[in-house]
Amino acid sequence: MTKKVGKQTFKPSSPPVIISTAAVSGPFEGQGPLGKYMDHVYTDVTAGERSFEGAEKEMMTNACFTCLNKAGKSPPEVDIFLSGDLLNQTITSGFSALELAIPYLGIYGACSTSAEGLALAAMLVDGGFAGLVLAAASSHNSTAERQYRYPTEYGVQRKPTAQWTVTGSGAALVAPAGQGPVITYVTVGKVTDLGIKDPLNLGAAMAPAAALTMIQHFADTGHGPEYYDLIVTGDLGKFGHEMAVKLAVSRGGFDLGKNYRDCGLMIYDTEKQDVHSGGSGCAASAIVTYGYIYKKLLKKEFNKVLLVATGALHSPTSSQQGGNIPGIAHAVSIEMT
Amino acid sequence: MPRDPKKKPITVDQKRYSEIVRDLAPKPLYLKNALLAFVTGGLVCMIGQFFTDLYRITLNISPKEAGNPAVATMIFIGALLTGLGIFDKLARYAGAGLAVPVTGFANSVVSSALEFKREGLIFGVGGKMFLLAGSVITFGVVTAFFIGLIYALFIL
Amino acid sequence: MIEFQTYLYAFLVGGAICALGQLILDFTTLTTGHVLSGFTVAGGILGGLGVYDKLIKFAGAGATMPISSFGNALVQGAISEAQRNGIIGVLTGMFELTSTGITAAIIFGFLTAVVFDPKG
Repeated sequence: MTKKVGKQTFKPSSPPVIISTAAVSGPFEGQGPLGKYMDHVYTDVTAGERSFEGAEKEMMTNACFTCLNKAGKSPPEVDIFLSGDLLNQTITSGFSALELAIPYLGIYGACSTSAEGLALAAMLVDGGFAGLVLAAASSHNSTAERQYRYPTEYGVQRKPTAQWTVTGSGAALVAPAGQGPVITYVTVGKVTDLGIKDPLNLGAAMAPAAALTMIQHFADTGHGPEYYDLIVTGDLGKFGHEMAVKLAVSRGGFDLGKNYRDCGLMIYDTEKQDVHSGGSGCAASAIVTYGYIYKKLLKKEFNKVLLVATGALHSPTSSQQGGNIPGIAHAVSIEMT
Repeated sequence: MPRDPKKKPITVDQKRYSEIVRDLAPKPLYLKNALLAFVTGGLVCMIGQFFTDLYRITLNISPKEAGNPAVATMIFIGALLTGLGIFDKLARYAGAGLAVPVTGFANSVVSSALEFKREGLIFGVGGKMFLLAGSVITFGVVTAFFIGLIYALFIL
Repeated sequence: MIEFQTYLYAFLVGGAICALGQLILDFTTLTTGHVLSGFTVAGGILGGLGVYDKLIKFAGAGATMPISSFGNALVQGAISEAQRNGIIGVLTGMFELTSTGITAAIIFGFLTAVVFDPKG
């Protein structure tokens, strides 16, 4: 008997518990409306390290240790560490895993990595393979900029649809039992390509994947958008959010309603902070979910949340060679019982 | 299901979505951006003119000769502003106004050298310095080569 | 002696070239790299036609500061050396007039990278 329901959704037989989370962010994110929900806000984007790559690794490692400390656990007690980031060869995760010394499985789903990690953690725990799984994701504005776009000091004007990569990292500890919100469903998305080529409009490139994953999730579980008191996509930004709302109606006939928000739009004060379409990067969904949403779930201000983390599966190479930008989105249903 | 190895043509779905995105995507503020580029670009050129005149008068040289130290000075200013982390903030507003003058050339060289400093002097600073400016030099030289060739062969 | 009119023309011509670049950036998906390369090529062609030097006479730094001037200077270097030494002059004269810009960019780029750190 499998735990699959419908076409792409998996239902754990005993919902795994997120017993602890942690979120750390850079200074710019700390000034945003969710700054007060971060466990640690760095005062400097270098986090005291020699390079921005070093800073990102410091942030992820710090998020992981903070997450473990909050649950009163130490690395040897954790069975598996699942982690990913945006850098080539996911070096942030690899080097963090080296320091944590937990058996490590590297994952990559671009900015959907946070939900991918959480989904896999839930499956490993519910499948009985692991007792404690730590899932983490990170991104850093300066490391992502140089890899995907230009040197950080290059003076280039951003288009209105361009997004700002979030600096920070989030981690979650998943266990078979304990206190905290549980993971009730996992919907694994398909790679979707609706022909967008502009790497400065990733929101529009990822919106179809987000909409299709949500529609499939609603169809598979029988829970419509109204079931959730919060639906968040990862990093579609202002324009991607708009497109996802339209696509959910045109492709599935679902009205996502007022409770649908986007992590990339929640992190920054889009009026005062110059981020154009909003935040992006693995850290967008990671720090919003593991910082803000988790704390609200514990206080029961949210009870049913659907996290739909979105990723753009392109690289500068594929883009410069004229390739489309395919998107992916994974949904994880998190409920407080 | 057998695999279809043929390259898939653009589907109707992709075409329609791309069109919707193109129509609905927020547009840049064309007029404001162009005006800002005009004013900042104009000011940069006036500063360049000031240095040209300065060198022309103090060194008592022709305007053409004074152009060289003036360009070098502008490159120095662009480099310094880049090093101080100010250039990219100004360029957010000025756009092409700072990018098109020689200050932008300086910025592209300096920002690349600076960015890859951590990879060392050889692979980083030395190797990556012309990451962005390289194409300007390449296309400039290729153009000049063929124009020079035409002159040498047919006109002179 | 300073001619104040030159400052006005420098502002107008330099500003117009930059505004044109901005419009290309905003109305197309071309990047700054495309625009700068394109302007350099355009400057070179205008230089070959003898137009760019007239523009420099008129607008001073308004024409020498934009990157198109780099293309023009490469062409002028190649042509004037070709006049003296024939076809070999195209190769030897190429960087005659632009060496200041390239040298300055390399030296200041190197020194800046040594002295400063990227701010992020």
